[in-house]
Amino acid sequence: MIRLQQIQRVFQVGEEEVHALRDVDFGADKGEYIAIMGPSGSGKSTLLNILGLLDRPDDGTYELDGIMTTDLNDKEQANVRRHKIGFVFQFFHLVPRLTAEQNVELPLVLAGVDRAERKKRVVETLEAFGIGDRVKHRPDQLSGGQRQRVAIARATIMKPTVILADEHTGNLDRSSGNDVVEILEGLNNQGITLIMVTHDPELGKRARRRIKMVDGRIEEDKKNNQA
Amino acid sequence: MQTSDIAAFSIQAATASRGRTILTLLAMAIGVSSVILLISLGDSGRRYVMDQFASLGTNLLIVIPGRSETTGGPPPLLGETPRDLTLDDAIALKQSTAIRRVAPIIAGSAPISFKQLEREMIVLGSSADLFEARRLTMGQGSFLPPGDLDRGGNFCVIGSKGKTELFGNNQALGKWLRIGDRRFRVIGVLADTGVSLGEDLGEVVIIPVATAQSLFNRVSLFRIVVEAVNEDAVGRAKKAILSIIKARHEGEDDITVITQDAVLATFDKIFRTLTLTVGGIAAISLVVAGIMIMNIMLVAISNRRSEIGLLKALGAARSQIMGLFLTESALLSTAGAFFGFILAFSAMKLLAGFFPEYNLALVPWSPFIASGLALGTGIIFGVFPARRAAMLEPALSLSRR
Repeated sequence: MIRLQQIQRVFQVGEEEVHALRDVDFGADKGEYIAIMGPSGSGKSTLLNILGLLDRPDDGTYELDGIMTTDLNDKEQANVRRHKIGFVFQFFHLVPRLTAEQNVELPLVLAGVDRAERKKRVVETLEAFGIGDRVKHRPDQLSGGQRQRVAIARATIMKPTVILADEHTGNLDRSSGNDVVEILEGLNNQGITLIMVTHDPELGKRARRRIKMVDGRIEEDKKNNQA
Repeated sequence: MQTSDIAAFSIQAATASRGRTILTLLAMAIGVSSVILLISLGDSGRRYVMDQFASLGTNLLIVIPGRSETTGGPPPLLGETPRDLTLDDAIALKQSTAIRRVAPIIAGSAPISFKQLEREMIVLGSSADLFEARRLTMGQGSFLPPGDLDRGGNFCVIGSKGKTELFGNNQALGKWLRIGDRRFRVIGVLADTGVSLGEDLGEVVIIPVATAQSLFNRVSLFRIVVEAVNEDAVGRAKKAILSIIKARHEGEDDITVITQDAVLATFDKIFRTLTLTVGGIAAISLVVAGIMIMNIMLVAISNRRSEIGLLKALGAARSQIMGLFLTESALLSTAGAFFGFILAFSAMKLLAGFFPEYNLALVPWSPFIASGLALGTGIIFGVFPARRAAMLEPALSLSRR
């Protein structure tokens, strides 16, 4: 389902060229649960950004669900992001002036879905994540765990095929972090591909497949069967 | 994205940061209201002057010595000086059936004194016809009596302001005042009509034209005010004046006849230019408001970097982001223009209350100017920030908190 070939990403930092990704080949099938691990600066976030079409590789090809995304223009890429990819971030990235409900509604609004249809789907989704009683609250009135649930609700409302999570427990205490992980694993069990970047080895162990990145290369790609 | 959603999103974004929104609205409101106000004031001024002219009667012609237009032909070998307009020229004009009144005018200034008070005033030498031709009204007494133009007399009519300055609240009629080295009896005081045609008739003294000739020791007239029998006769009167004077001046076309129409057209043109000029100057404040909108949008964008990155991650294309931010600045400036319009409207009402005689009013197309200017500034100054927002790298803007 996901096929990266010969991906290169070079950043210009001052005079220096930094190779964030060097000849990365990577593939994932539908429904996989993958943890990308590695030290800071190893390129794991860059890889996730490229998977999420938030960044363009300098070279190489990326195929998602049969679409050669590296050939698409900005508008078409935006469309792929909208319908196929859900993001969960470390800092939640909720819009502070919008209520939980409005934050979750945002992808539907951007897609131009009708108001009535939107309301229905938002209520359903928020209920499903156990924050049905928090719809009118703004992010600063929610706990960290609740915020991340809102963010996950937002990431899943368009029924994406893949969820990309970047240190999604990094800003949460252990128990709410666990809740969030369980929610994501639940989604994974329903067949959504889950790819997460994490520093946390505990979290890494839970994934069925672990990728270790060092210096812009995939150094280790292990299936973890006992999980 | 649906239009109502774009609007709702932008309104929410604008109202979320109240301080910056209020400041922007204020700047925009001031800019728009000053443009509307200045244009309207200019326009009101124009209408005021036009009305003044119209009230003078549109069948007036003014004859001045000298020619302001050339009619072609070789230049004269010997230097040519225009002949003076004389009293006899004025008398001759009365032959024409198209002309009802002829009022010759000699103007000069002279010290006017009564007892120990002395003022420098404009002295007009004219005739009884001036009264009707210029639609003057008397406050007290009577105007110069009709009679032969070349008969003078030691009497004068004084403007209301001049009367107050020389006589205070005392009776002026029948008093003798001194103009230069001659004595004149006051037979009338003009009504206080304020400034008309740019001439303040409050501070003039009018004496018989023949007396003025000897007072200033000058035969030539300053001009002749001619009233045609009616508006349709103005053209005929003009032709008659030209031919009569030409015959009297040995075949030379050496006068200029100004009709009210020409004067009106000139004033109209001057006032329109003036209005546009002040409007243009006011537009500078609009540019300032526009730059303020741009500045504030740029700040907003750098504050909302992560939001922009998020929108992109959620599937917003560059064009959509650009649309959102352009809508926001257009909304800000339109709302500002709306307040500006209200501001201008109430300021004008207030001014009109203070100066009812000027008939002040907003120009009828001012709402269109306001909205046009607002959208223009909002969009022109919104494009750059919106483009910047659209071009943000989502990966970079999301990596920061």
